Amino acid sequence: MRFALRFTRSGPGLIGAVILALLALAALAAPLLFPGDPLKIAGPALTAPFTDPAFPFGTDRLGRDVLAGVFHGARASLAVGLAAAFAALAIGLVVGTLAGFAGGFIDEALMRVADAFQIVPGFLLALAFVSTLGASMPTVILAIALSAWAEPARLARAEVLSIRERDYVAAARIIGMHPLEIAFREILPNALPPVLAFAAITVAGAILTEAALSFLGLGDPNVVTWGAMIAEGRNVLRAAPFLSIIPGLALVSAVLGVYLVSEGVSDALRPREGRAA
Amino acid sequence: MSAALLEATDLRKSWAARGRSVVALKEVNLTVAPGETLGLVGRSGCGKSTLARVLTRLTPPQSGAIRFRGEDWLALSGAALRTARRHMQMVFQDPLGAFNPRATVAGALADPLRIHDLVPPARRAARIDELLERVGLTADYARRSILELSGGQRQRVAIARALACEPSLIVLDEAVSALDVSVRARILDLLVDLQREHGLAYIFVSHDLAAVKAVSHRIAVMEAGEIVEEGPTDAVVDHPQSPAARALIAAVPRLIREKP
Ligand SMILES: Nc1ncnc2c1ncn2[C@@H]1O[C@H](COP(=O)(O)OP(=O)(O)OP(=O)(O)O)[C@@H](O)[C@H]1O
Ligand SMILES: [Mg+2]
Repeated sequence: MRFALRFTRSGPGLIGAVILALLALAALAAPLLFPGDPLKIAGPALTAPFTDPAFPFGTDRLGRDVLAGVFHGARASLAVGLAAAFAALAIGLVVGTLAGFAGGFIDEALMRVADAFQIVPGFLLALAFVSTLGASMPTVILAIALSAWAEPARLARAEVLSIRERDYVAAARIIGMHPLEIAFREILPNALPPVLAFAAITVAGAILTEAALSFLGLGDPNVVTWGAMIAEGRNVLRAAPFLSIIPGLALVSAVLGVYLVSEGVSDALRPREGRAA
Repeated sequence: MSAALLEATDLRKSWAARGRSVVALKEVNLTVAPGETLGLVGRSGCGKSTLARVLTRLTPPQSGAIRFRGEDWLALSGAALRTARRHMQMVFQDPLGAFNPRATVAGALADPLRIHDLVPPARRAARIDELLERVGLTADYARRSILELSGGQRQRVAIARALACEPSLIVLDEAVSALDVSVRARILDLLVDLQREHGLAYIFVSHDLAAVKAVSHRIAVMEAGEIVEEGPTDAVVDHPQSPAARALIAAVPRLIREKP
């Protein structure tokens, strides 16, 4: 609870939390406010924003409601961003913990695999993965996770290497604890903080990667996403720039919100760390 | 005593440190009888902790043999080693570092009971209370976090955790060195009581001869990776033979030396 208090006192954290809360609300309310398929034609094509009260943000080339798209797009962006980041962190934690704890050959092998994933630019990897397996939500999530797990794995491994030498790990061995239990119950929870500090970057990166994949037409074609909307607007960029600008702003605010929240979290954690040390 | 509980012969261990190798143990031999305390003294860096970690199988020796409870201790591995580990426990110097910072007292004590299935799950809470009382704490410490305890209290919990395993030997590596003097005396008394009650054997490692003298039946003096002198406590303290033993005794304040 102390933490919550400190967090609300941190300016950027609060702003970020409000932005994310609004986006989350939009995502949750989308099917209620805009029932039906947001990809279906709703009115005349290329209505300018703020001219028709039925379509406050206007309509696109095919007459689809832009506001409905932005709301439904929040669902896809947040869901994919969070799921992919969660998967990347989970894979990274497990691989990093195993590598750091096992050492020797297993460590070498796992870290060379992580190297391989890090040498290829993450976005290219995701691109290759989706274009091979086809565009659907699960493959997009998996592709983004695969492009992002190596860094958290490295962080977790470094932390595990230092924790591994602590006396309480020796004490756990002495009482006969199984090595897997030592790795996942004694070491992993204590290796979490630096990896979690990295989570915001992973979430923001995942949201952007998803948008970029959709922009290139590699997102799930049956789901509205901000990236796909920006790409769609690009065709009429001169005549109707708002079609790209509006979802673009939504994307920027989501990424900004995630960063601000992580800023607030580390602000709120800092004095506590100071006291423990 | 003819049947030794622990018998180590010709233990050698060197550490690789940045390309160079540091010899920490060269041909160490020692025996411990059931119910006996062997005090292990020596100046800082002479290899006491290395010996403790080799004996408890936290780190392998380069060569040598260890028999423990009539078995080839170094031949055990995997599940067989984990099962046998309960008979040889260890208490560490830093009472804070020896516990997972997230652990509660009850959690720390429940682990060995669960791992070795020593008491049925329904009786574990009662057993934990019993252990806490045995080491001089009350049952209401069980729910506290390890971080809420003082150093002396933590060391009592560490001893309780070792006791939970129902061991026949406890290796104490500088187990009272981090505690202040009055707490130290009470922990030493507790160790002596527990030994009498359960027939425990101890290897009591310390650079502090006064503490070693208070609890040990026999003393072994280490110097640069070797045991240079070994014998009954009184004999070693009153008539030290080696320069290393004499230096250690000279370092102990007179008052303590002359106490009966
Ligand atoms: N993990 C390790 N890696 C490399 N060298 C080590 C390691 N542990 C100990 N050593 C070296 O082995 C030698 C013996 O160290 P050890 O810790 O056994 O001494 P000690 O008698 O316990 O000293 P102290 O009284 O200071 O605890 C020292 O030279 C030390 O630098
Ligand atoms: Mg030591």
